Amino acid sequence: MTEHILRMSGITKTFPGVKALQDVNLSVRRGEIHAICGENGAGKSTLMKVLSGVYPHGDYEGEILFEGKRCEFGGIRDSEHAGIVIIHQELALSPQLSIAENIFLGNERARRGVIDWNRTNYEAAALMKRVGLQENPTTTIADIGVGKQQLVEIAKALSKEVRLLILDEPTAALNDDDSAHLLDLLRGLRDEGITCVIISHKLNEVIAIADSVTIIRDGRTIETLDMAGDHVTEDRIISGMVGRALDNRFPPHEPTIGDEALRIEDWTVYSPSQPGRKVVDNASLTLRRGEIVGLAGLMGAGRTELAMSVFGRAWGVHISGKLFKDGKPIDVRNVQDAIRHGIAYATEDRKRYGLNLIEDIKRNISAAGLTGLSKRGWVNENEEYRVAEQFHKSMNIKAPGVDSVVGKLSGGNQQKVVLSKWILTEPDVLILDEPTRGIDVGAKYEIYTIINRLADQGKAVLVISSELPELLGLCDRIYTLSEGRITGEVPRQEATQESLMHLMTKGQE
Amino acid sequence: MSSISPADVAVGTTGDGGGPRQPGRVSLGGISLNLRSSGIYIAFALIIVLFSVLTDGALLTPQNISNIIVQNSYVLILAIGMILIIIAGHIDLSVGSVVAVTGALAAVLMVNMGWPWPLALLATLVAGALIGAWQGYWIAYFGIPAFIVTLAGMLLFRALTLTVLGNQGIGPFPDQVRTLANGFTNGYLGNVGLGPLGGADLFSLLIGVVAIAGMVAAQWRTRGARKGYGQSVEPMALFVLKMAAGAALILFLVVQLARFKNLPWVLVLLAILVLAYSLMANRTVFGRQIYAIGGNLQAAVMSGVKVKSVVFWIFVNMGVLSAIAGIIFAGRLNQAGPTAGNAFELDAIAAAFIGGAAVQGGVGKVVGAITGGLIMAVINNGMSLIGSPSERVMLVKGAVLLAAVAFDVWTKRRAGAAR
Repeated sequence: MTEHILRMSGITKTFPGVKALQDVNLSVRRGEIHAICGENGAGKSTLMKVLSGVYPHGDYEGEILFEGKRCEFGGIRDSEHAGIVIIHQELALSPQLSIAENIFLGNERARRGVIDWNRTNYEAAALMKRVGLQENPTTTIADIGVGKQQLVEIAKALSKEVRLLILDEPTAALNDDDSAHLLDLLRGLRDEGITCVIISHKLNEVIAIADSVTIIRDGRTIETLDMAGDHVTEDRIISGMVGRALDNRFPPHEPTIGDEALRIEDWTVYSPSQPGRKVVDNASLTLRRGEIVGLAGLMGAGRTELAMSVFGRAWGVHISGKLFKDGKPIDVRNVQDAIRHGIAYATEDRKRYGLNLIEDIKRNISAAGLTGLSKRGWVNENEEYRVAEQFHKSMNIKAPGVDSVVGKLSGGNQQKVVLSKWILTEPDVLILDEPTRGIDVGAKYEIYTIINRLADQGKAVLVISSELPELLGLCDRIYTLSEGRITGEVPRQEATQESLMHLMTKGQE
Repeated sequence: MSSISPADVAVGTTGDGGGPRQPGRVSLGGISLNLRSSGIYIAFALIIVLFSVLTDGALLTPQNISNIIVQNSYVLILAIGMILIIIAGHIDLSVGSVVAVTGALAAVLMVNMGWPWPLALLATLVAGALIGAWQGYWIAYFGIPAFIVTLAGMLLFRALTLTVLGNQGIGPFPDQVRTLANGFTNGYLGNVGLGPLGGADLFSLLIGVVAIAGMVAAQWRTRGARKGYGQSVEPMALFVLKMAAGAALILFLVVQLARFKNLPWVLVLLAILVLAYSLMANRTVFGRQIYAIGGNLQAAVMSGVKVKSVVFWIFVNMGVLSAIAGIIFAGRLNQAGPTAGNAFELDAIAAAFIGGAAVQGGVGKVVGAITGGLIMAVINNGMSLIGSPSERVMLVKGAVLLAAVAFDVWTKRRAGAAR
């Protein structure tokens, strides 16, 4: 057997109420490119955070052996000191500093505290040459594209004498040329003896570049495959990623599907931060009353961006396309318009976009529908209390009372508050973005029951989810989204996890 | 996310059972008390007791109470506007300069140009609103941080004041304006004897009785309506106790004032403003939206709150309140001066934070800000009564401000750790 540079064994990491990792094992051979595959939320990023010391030793169970030595990292500095560098999906560069300054950030080339600029720029140029970045070291980061920024991150890692380089979704935001260049670079680094761990959703890239692949599902290691020896194909990886049996996790539901409620036509949205990048590309979808429609897509496919741009242009720029409500064209310029036209959007990021965490349950529930509880600008507080108390009971929100502060509730109960808030606005169309993220299994079942009830009341529901079993168990029809485009529309009866995953990973031809 | 047993799937078996704990609460003989929200009132009571003792009771003499109110009314009025801005997560550094420029404008209109005083008053309030709109535009619609816009405003409006006044004061003001700022309600109904306390103004006493009756009636109605909706209300004994304490407080204040020169007009104005703004903050959609913006801006946007418009209007409101304070300050001194309102913004901001506003926004009460302002007023007044030098007063005020915010941060951190 070849020597392993890294062995992680028996890693278990628990968050309040959720076991994110359970007895995970990962062995990486020296000088290979090792891919980690799994659905969103399978635990890949958590595993990498354990490895890089973001979750310090003692915060998890299990053992990490790096270069044969036992590691007890207290933080990122420790792991970097040992030669492990992680490059996150969201790049950690300072946009107003130069390339050279970013490469040596926290690791400055200085003599007695004074920066040696000649040395900084000279060494930066050498590292940039190694990663194939043709720019002036003094160019600011904001002036170069994402692809080049990624290369700066790698150059920064090389400056720290990296021995194990971890890349989390390195090509998610890159175009094809930049991606190809990056993959070439990784092959070059491998030949120089740098071991790489790459997390990727793009299976064709995994096939093209990796020497072995570890598949993680539901916080457990499923298998590690040797690409050459096991003749691994995309289908083989997909079956590993989704190969979980469906059990009775979903309440039974017979839909009564009515007329069209919302139609989105030729919807195109551009990124506000990366000019010219289409995040949603000519997407069209139809939602009908009483129907639960799924929207499947991997991270970065543009699901949330599609939903938020429809919900009163709350995301993106240069939005084009048409919206039809009950067959009539509607003009939705802001969130107030969207609410007035009976559209509701429950966000995937409850804490950031969904709730006022320092406020109590009743005021969070009334936040979007306050005008309905008021007369000439005056809130009827008793009515507000009554309505909140009603939701408290009907949604089974577990809290001592509606005066409890929302920030102290569990994820599932917070989600129920968010749903209550939107139901109070009496919408016809509900867009639920990852409605069960970070919620334990029992509470998930309750959320599914609520979603079914909403559909039975004649509302059109669009569920965005990373969990394919959830979509298959809940939805009547599923759209797949890949790189901003709708790549498929599948009725529930015909959908399988494998077929959806194929559509979701379908690249731009 | 592990294996699923049927027990997990049944609705209602998961969750946090007993519900969240409430840190920062102490229990006193069955009456639980939220330290974070009521700590300020306890502190206020303790400070009053402390200075009453230190000054041998001089603090609570009729004349001194009257002085405290009249001398601090303008800062308290500013604190009302400031707390709303701080709740929304902004700040206003320009209010002192706006006080100066509106006072100067009122003086120019009334004294130099001879406008009738009600018209000049109205024009000054409109000018205050326009100043607020100017700053609100840059903050809400243009997106410049309030700190910068109002720092610029602090300089701009001070410069404008100096330009208008040409480094001199303008006065005197018409009697009516001076009465509003400095005067008292008349003894319309004559005096009445209060035994050992001596004579007191009957009209003032009647106002006090009406205020008490109004308070009790309003609280009783709210209690009744809550019960009607099946909400739990505090036990009758506690309700009576609370009402009795409130009534005693009002009665004490009114009797003391009635023994001196009756009710100061600014107290009447202040009482109306505090009542109106408290109701606005708690009971109107607009008020709720201020809290929503400060609590979580993004969530407010995604809930359909017109954030820009709300922020714009709270700055307009601050401008109007600054104009009221400007008129009162100028009226009290009987002249508009170029240094009027210096450092008032700091007093108003300190009042808001001592009164329990959170540094990150989203938390605060109008009554809290008034209490915060009164705490500083009592410290000021009490220390000057016992002859402390002004540097020591400043030292104590600084320490109190720091301690108040430290307490707020500490209780919040404890609450976070207990999660």
